[in-house]
This record gives sequence, structure tokens and C-alpha cells, in this order.
Amino acid sequence: MTAIAARMRFARTGSGRVGVTATLLLLALILIGPLVAPHDPAAIVGIPLQRPGSGFLLGTDGLGRDVLSRVLWGGRSIIALSVVATGLAYLVGLAIGLVAGYTRSLLDPVLMRAMDVLLAVPPLLFLLVLATGAGHSVVVLVLGVATVHVPSIARIVRAATQSVVVRGYVEAAVARGERTHSILAREILPNVLGTVLADAGIRLTGSILILASVNFLGLGLQPPRADWALMISENRGGITLQPWAVAAPALLIAFLTVAVNLVADAIARSLGTSLDRRRIAR
Amino acid sequence: MTEVAAPDLAVVDAPRRRRHPLAGFLVRRAAAAVATLFVVSILLFAGTNVLPGDVASAVLGRDSTPAGLAEIRKELHLNRPTAERYWDWLSGFVRGDLGSSVAGQAVSGEPTPISGLIGERAKNTAVLALCTVLLLVPLSIAFGVYSATRAGRPVDHAITTLSLGAISLPEFVTGTLLILLVAQWLGWLPGVSLISIGDTVFTHPSILVLPVLTLLAASLAQTIRMVRAGMLEVLRSEYIEWARLSGHRERDVVLRYALRNALGPTVQVIALNVQWLVGGIVVTEYVFGYPGLGQALVQAVSARDVPYVLSVGMLIAIVYISLNVLADLLVVLLVPKLRTAQ
Repeated sequence: MTAIAARMRFARTGSGRVGVTATLLLLALILIGPLVAPHDPAAIVGIPLQRPGSGFLLGTDGLGRDVLSRVLWGGRSIIALSVVATGLAYLVGLAIGLVAGYTRSLLDPVLMRAMDVLLAVPPLLFLLVLATGAGHSVVVLVLGVATVHVPSIARIVRAATQSVVVRGYVEAAVARGERTHSILAREILPNVLGTVLADAGIRLTGSILILASVNFLGLGLQPPRADWALMISENRGGITLQPWAVAAPALLIAFLTVAVNLVADAIARSLGTSLDRRRIAR
Repeated sequence: MTEVAAPDLAVVDAPRRRRHPLAGFLVRRAAAAVATLFVVSILLFAGTNVLPGDVASAVLGRDSTPAGLAEIRKELHLNRPTAERYWDWLSGFVRGDLGSSVAGQAVSGEPTPISGLIGERAKNTAVLALCTVLLLVPLSIAFGVYSATRAGRPVDHAITTLSLGAISLPEFVTGTLLILLVAQWLGWLPGVSLISIGDTVFTHPSILVLPVLTLLAASLAQTIRMVRAGMLEVLRSEYIEWARLSGHRERDVVLRYALRNALGPTVQVIALNVQWLVGGIVVTEYVFGYPGLGQALVQAVSARDVPYVLSVGMLIAIVYISLNVLADLLVVLLVPKLRTAQ
């Protein structure tokens, strides 16, 4: 219990508490929203670009769909896609970092130079190039965002692995004749995981930022999907007539990214590191 | 997410070699950058050409017929081996021939050289970037130092909290909220960048305000926090304590002793943030319809104009990687200690 309490310490700082509360509220909205939405998010239910009131709490969008219903549905994609992308990035980054840090062969410099090249490409440019070559699809987008995170994760894992490999218990495992993958999975992985996951929060914020940006540019999720970022770009043309179709999703994305980043910052602080010298990929 | 690390000092040559200590560093760094760019060019080409997209059908759109598609493929040399096409593109690019825009051809019916399409746009983007950087550097140092000297007080808390919020917002949300607030509700400034053909950004300076503010929001927040952290570290050191104890005025302690030593790392983080502006500029230009390279790049990606994306993408990669070299060079210039470090 004390271990859990120690891990939850970040939630007791002021900004941490605000962040956790806001994140939970938003998650509730995103999960429960679709159940209470008054209309089908894809259904045309009224005259286009009606202002709030007139039977629609947030008005209607450019096609006459209910903005409130679309807002209630539109948070799922952003959360789900960024969690999947971040998780994938950790899987691949952990594998690469563990292998590069453990092996003493040529594989280590080869893998790390490959990571350097990926770091030399601006993340957004990388995603735009992928969208040009492979088309505008969700799968490409998620794989692309995961790839953007892999190099920095792999670097950290490699450094952590190298500091663990020299420990006695790893040498003992080698001497016992344990196989490499079992040493990696049972001796090294549990001991590097803490260091590596400390950054998970900031990486999740990064995934949300860049995924939403690509969706906003119209190069990821495609209409008629209800997605906050997509809603903003769809309704920009009607901003003078019906600002709420843009303002509502914009405010929700702002709320979400700030809340998640507050939590990430509080976690990093409670672990004694600071985000001041780090930066979210964009 | 990238960690800010000091440049690899091992590559700085020792002065005993009787040449300028910076020369060796610069040569090695530049060679590494060229090698990286070469690999990046392969990556970009593979990303746009090997993946199963079809440029020919993108050009012809709905009017495509099998015969027309074959014709276009022949014209664009799409039926030749990938390696050969890559080499053609790269050797052309190095000689300044950026290729022809596929989308331009679809509109005008004739091959449109990309170099003719991007000149004015590159200039507009440069103006936007320059305005942002010219504000970013002094403001981040001023706010960072101010916040550090008042660490723990309400002002510092306000700056830190606000900046944490600003960092978290994606550019398109900041931009959209600014449009709603300033252009829509207050009606002070134009929300979209409307320039008639033949005019330049300089004849309409008001269209720069909101894009620059959008770009500043995230990058300034980031640099302020970094400057503050660096400054705090220096302010805690012993020689600062000594300077205070020997009766120097606090103003002198901060500006003459602390700032000078905090400046090296500070300039590096600012240079890195300028490098990171690249992605933000693309999104910001699109939000405001600002007639720059970024907006054109997004349009080209939508139209799947492969030659355009490839050449403009390569130009962006060159700027990005050059800024990285510049950041390292600036640090070595500003921190003399690093030049002789073994």
C-alpha cells in the first residue's frame, strides 16, 4: 500500500490535483458522452449553422448536424488513437533499446544511428510524407506517431540497460547460463521500466498534440467521423455565423491537453525530474 | 520529446593542433549533417514513392482512363526502377532542379517547375519565422531571468503555470482560439491572411500579428521555462553567493555575473526551439491561410503531389538540420571552456 501511496504522491501537489481531477472529468465526458448524446452525431437534424438555442444547446454545424452530439462523441478517437500510438512506441522503443543496450555487437551502433536519422526529421514533416505516400488513413497515422516517439524512448532504454547490465545479478544470470531473451525480460526489463515510464505522461501529451494536428490538417481521420480536431477544420468556414461549432471542440482539446500535461508534469516532479529541459515532439 | 544535451565535446579539437579550435568541430559537424541529410533524402523518397500510392491517378483524378494513366506514368517516369528515379531526383535537387509539380500539371496541363512555385512562399515563411524569432529571443531571456530571480513568489508561479498551459496547447487550437477572440469577437485584426496576387506580406503587416502570436505562445513558454531553470542553477552557485556577500548590488549580480554564465545553455535551448518551430509554422500557416511554404506543403500532401512534397520536405529537412548544427556551434562559441575541454 505504501508503494502505491508513494506513487500517487504526485496527485497531492496543487497542480497535480487539478490535473488529475480535470483529466478524470474529461474521461468521464468522453466515455459517458456518447450514451447521453441527444442525436446521432452523423445525422442531419436541422438547418445548417444555427446558433445555440433553437433546440440545439450548441447549435448546428455546416451540414446541419448537432454540435453537442458531435462534441460528446468526438473525444473517443483522440484519446484512443494517442494511447495506442504511445503504447506501440513503448513496445518498439523498449525492444530496440534493450537489444542495443545489451548487445556488444555492431547491432548497437547500427540501431542507434538509425534512431539518430529519425530524430533528424521534424515529426510533422515525417507524418506529412507518410500521408503523401501511403494515403490519409488512421493506421498510417498511428504507426507514424508511434515511430516519432521510438528514437527517444530507445535512447533512454539503451542508457538504462547499459547501467543495469554490469550489475551482479545480471552477471549471475549469464553465469547460470540463462538465455538472452530471458535475461532481457526477467533481469533487465523490470529494472529499467521505472526510469522509462517516468516520461510516459509527456509522451502521451505529445501524441495527443501531433495526432490532433494531423487530423486538423485533414490528413488523418476523414469526415464524417466526429472528432474534435476534425470538427474545428470542418467548421472554420462558418466561424462568423456559428462560432460555437469551432469554439466547443477547440476548448475541449485545450482542456484535455492542459489537464494531461499537468498530470505529466506533476508525476515528473514527484520523481525528482523536471520537464523544464524537455520538449514535447511536434 | 527530445532531451537537450550538450553537444558532443569529444569532437572539439584540442588547440595544440595549431588550427582554429572551432574549425575541426565545424568540419566534423557539417560532414555529419551532410551524411544525415543523405540518409534523410532516402527516407523521404522511400516514404513518398515506395508506399503504394499512385501519383498518376492523383494527377488525373476522376477523369482517369487506363490509357491516360499509362501516359502520365510514362511522362513522370513512374515505370522506371525506384533506385534510378531516386538518383534522378537527388542529382537534380543538388543542382537546384526541384522537379515539376504534379498538381500544377493537373491544373495547367503543362509541367510546372516547383522552383518557380515556391520563391514567394519561401519569402513569406521566412518573414513569419524571422518575426517570431526576433520576439522570441529577448522575451524568453527577459521573462526567464525575471521569473528565476523571483523564484517561489506569486509572479514566478503565475509565469510557470501559464507557460505550462501554453506549452500544452497545439498550435491549431491556440490559433483558432485567437481567431475567435481577437478577430471574431473583438474584430481587431483579420482572422485569415488575405493577400491579393502581386501583393506581399509587407503591404499587409497586420496579417502577421496572429500567426506570430500563435507561434510565440508555445515556443516562448518552452524557452522561458528552460531559461528559468538554467538561471536558477547558476543563481544557486557559490560564486553568486560570494558576489552577494561582497556587497554587489543584486542587479549587478544577476545581470553581470549570473546571466553571462547562464547565457551559453540558454542560447542553445533557444536555437533548438527555433528548430522546433518548423512543425508549428506548417500548422500555423494552414490555420490562418498564410501564403507560405507550410500551407503549400499541406495542400500538396492533400493533393498527393509527390514531387512537390519531396522537394519542399527536403528543403525543410536542410533548414532543420542546419539549425541543429548552428545551435551546437553557438554554444561552443559562447562557452569558451568547451573549446579546450578534453
